[in-house]
Amino acid sequence: MIYLDNSATTEPDPQVLETYVKASNRYFANPSSLHRLGNEAEDLLESARSQIKGLLGYGRIIFTSGGTEANNLAIRGAAHANQEKGRHIISCKTEHPSVLEPLKQLEKEGFEITLLSVDRKGAIDLADLQQALRVDTILVSLMQVNNEIGTIHPLADIRRMLNNHRALFHVDAVQGAGKLLLSEQEMPDLLTVSAHKFHGLKNSGVLAVHKAELEPILFGGGQEGGLRSGTVSVPNAAALAKALRLATPNPDHLEWNAELRSFFAGYKDIYIVSPSSAAPHILAVAIAGMRGETLVGALQQEGVIVSTSSACSSKNKQASHVIEAIGLPREYRDGTIRISFGAMTTHEDISELKKRFHKAHQLIKGVEQS
Amino acid sequence: MKTNQILIRYGELSTKGRNRKAFISRLRNNIQTLFAGTPTLRIKAERDRMFLFCDDEQGMEDIVSRLPYVFGIQSFSPVTQTSLELDDMKHTALAIVSKMDTKDKSFKVSVKRPNKEFPYEKPEIMRTIGGYVLGNTPELTVAMRNPDIDLSVEIRQDAAYMMAETIQGAAGLPIGAGGRALLMLSGGIDSPVAGYHMLKRGVRLELIHFFSPPFTTERAKEKVLDLAEKLSGFGSPVTLHIIPFTEIQQEVHKQVPDNITMTSTRRMMMRIADAVRAKTDAKAIITGESLGQVASQTLESLQAINAVTNTPILRPLIAQDKLEIIETAQAIGTYDISIRPYEDCCTIFTPANPKTKPKTDKVEHYESFVSFDEMIDRAVAEREIIEFPRNKQQHFEDLL
Repeated sequence: MIYLDNSATTEPDPQVLETYVKASNRYFANPSSLHRLGNEAEDLLESARSQIKGLLGYGRIIFTSGGTEANNLAIRGAAHANQEKGRHIISCKTEHPSVLEPLKQLEKEGFEITLLSVDRKGAIDLADLQQALRVDTILVSLMQVNNEIGTIHPLADIRRMLNNHRALFHVDAVQGAGKLLLSEQEMPDLLTVSAHKFHGLKNSGVLAVHKAELEPILFGGGQEGGLRSGTVSVPNAAALAKALRLATPNPDHLEWNAELRSFFAGYKDIYIVSPSSAAPHILAVAIAGMRGETLVGALQQEGVIVSTSSACSSKNKQASHVIEAIGLPREYRDGTIRISFGAMTTHEDISELKKRFHKAHQLIKGVEQS
Repeated sequence: MKTNQILIRYGELSTKGRNRKAFISRLRNNIQTLFAGTPTLRIKAERDRMFLFCDDEQGMEDIVSRLPYVFGIQSFSPVTQTSLELDDMKHTALAIVSKMDTKDKSFKVSVKRPNKEFPYEKPEIMRTIGGYVLGNTPELTVAMRNPDIDLSVEIRQDAAYMMAETIQGAAGLPIGAGGRALLMLSGGIDSPVAGYHMLKRGVRLELIHFFSPPFTTERAKEKVLDLAEKLSGFGSPVTLHIIPFTEIQQEVHKQVPDNITMTSTRRMMMRIADAVRAKTDAKAIITGESLGQVASQTLESLQAINAVTNTPILRPLIAQDKLEIIETAQAIGTYDISIRPYEDCCTIFTPANPKTKPKTDKVEHYESFVSFDEMIDRAVAEREIIEFPRNKQQHFEDLL
């Protein structure tokens, strides 16, 4: 089986699993407990925290149950902590639901939300952002890499623009972390990372907080400096630290991406959705006059796992909000599939994909014509 | 534009005559040790000031945030480098000023122009930069004398250098200039502050802690480890000696009447401390005692406790109020550790009515029935020694 749905989730690295199992055995104690076992668990937790901080480059690291919670904490937490300064938030139409949904909630609470539009490439216009910025803008939330089509937002430009503005800058780096390094010029005030996107484990993420006031969204025992109550999972924290250390950008992805682009360019009925500047590990293509799920199914029969535009939206019948936002031509609108590479992807997988895609394509087109 | 230099003004040490060179090289070494994790750091020490150069931004931020705690520094200023284009210079100037608190502040630009080929004269440079900054920062007023913000611009051959911020240093003397002493560290608020004051006088620290399991918990010990870690953050490593103290403490309680156990216990601690001091080549013992704070800190008590040794006992907090001490503890970041609610060996076994005026000869009399010497030797021999700063991560190499 050829697994090319790494943007939905990745296969855990055996070394990460080993860390999880070992840490669960040896350091099962509650890190808040008074006794020596608690103490040792806390030591491991803090070591994991400082390793993650070192790898991300900065920030106060708060462990969460994953990307969704980290995004919720960043957005709701920053909105509520800063509402005295203003109640306007800027984001973008193509953000992940874990950003868009909390924003909808905030709108109900009286916050004003501006969602920037994107062009066919999924890119925002910096002039739009500049225009949307107001004195009472308290937060700008934009993702590093779009999960459906791979568009990379120009974080350095946005960071520079916001350097002279009070608004906090949140970046959902769930699709980018461990794959594309953030430069110092791109460092936001709040950064979301999720472990299972880089061969770590599910239900494990962090929010890195850099000079930002937040209010908690979960209340209880006051763990994580009061920002995230609930017993911290030390094994999860250690596993995340390990996965992040092992994750390195893979230069081959760029090459494979180019190879597939020229391959798909050979099909008249295929439109390459991901812009050429997109993250190399994500390639979305659309097939004319056909549902993406048909192609996903056909490829699965050939032993290749890909997804429609995103795992989250693939169960809905409608086209995804991202596909809608980029204004894909009508004939392609329902036919997007996403191919995404991970650290375990090989060049052989790519060659096989090409062969098997061709078979699958012939098969469905044949059915259609008959 | 890049902020990749720091100008350091020396503290008290610039007045130290012939020792000056030694002081400066101490300071330089301490800074080097403290920022060993920042490989791009270069240090240029001159007679009157020191320059740090660091090309990575993260490292620079780290240095600026920790330098205020390094002794021997009066003040320092981050220096921003920019091209010799006037436009570049004015944008940089605004960027520097806009990071500062400008509300109701007065402002001036001063220019030095050693680069005589620079096409503009001083007044023009001042007008251009000053005008641009003021135009974009309406709350600033101009003051040519004693401005709150003095943006100084130096036009050299290679680039223009600007600084506006003067950050206060910790003053004092570079650690190591004043020899070595042993600090009795309980885990409470006072002793780390006492240690801090001596560090500020250039004294290198050894630390001693008395651990009485199971009466004091691992968490109490961890508090002390965390305090030691903090105390090692001032540019000089420290060594902590943890003394197994349960046996002696129990013996004292068996042997001496309740109301003087406290005095006697302290005397035992002092004897052990003195033995460890001798082993570590420290010249004095430091305590966090403050007169009248608790029963053990009356003059009579101090006399009875002090009677076990001739070693100088330094008590930097002796005349300080609790509130002053707390303020310092908060400023140096030990307060939050000290107030964690775990008992140390001074607070367990506390008798209901300890004598506030113990008589030395009486205490000696009660102690004379047991040979504490042997127990003391054993406690010293069995001490646990930990170096700080610690690299906790090492324990978890196989996991992380």
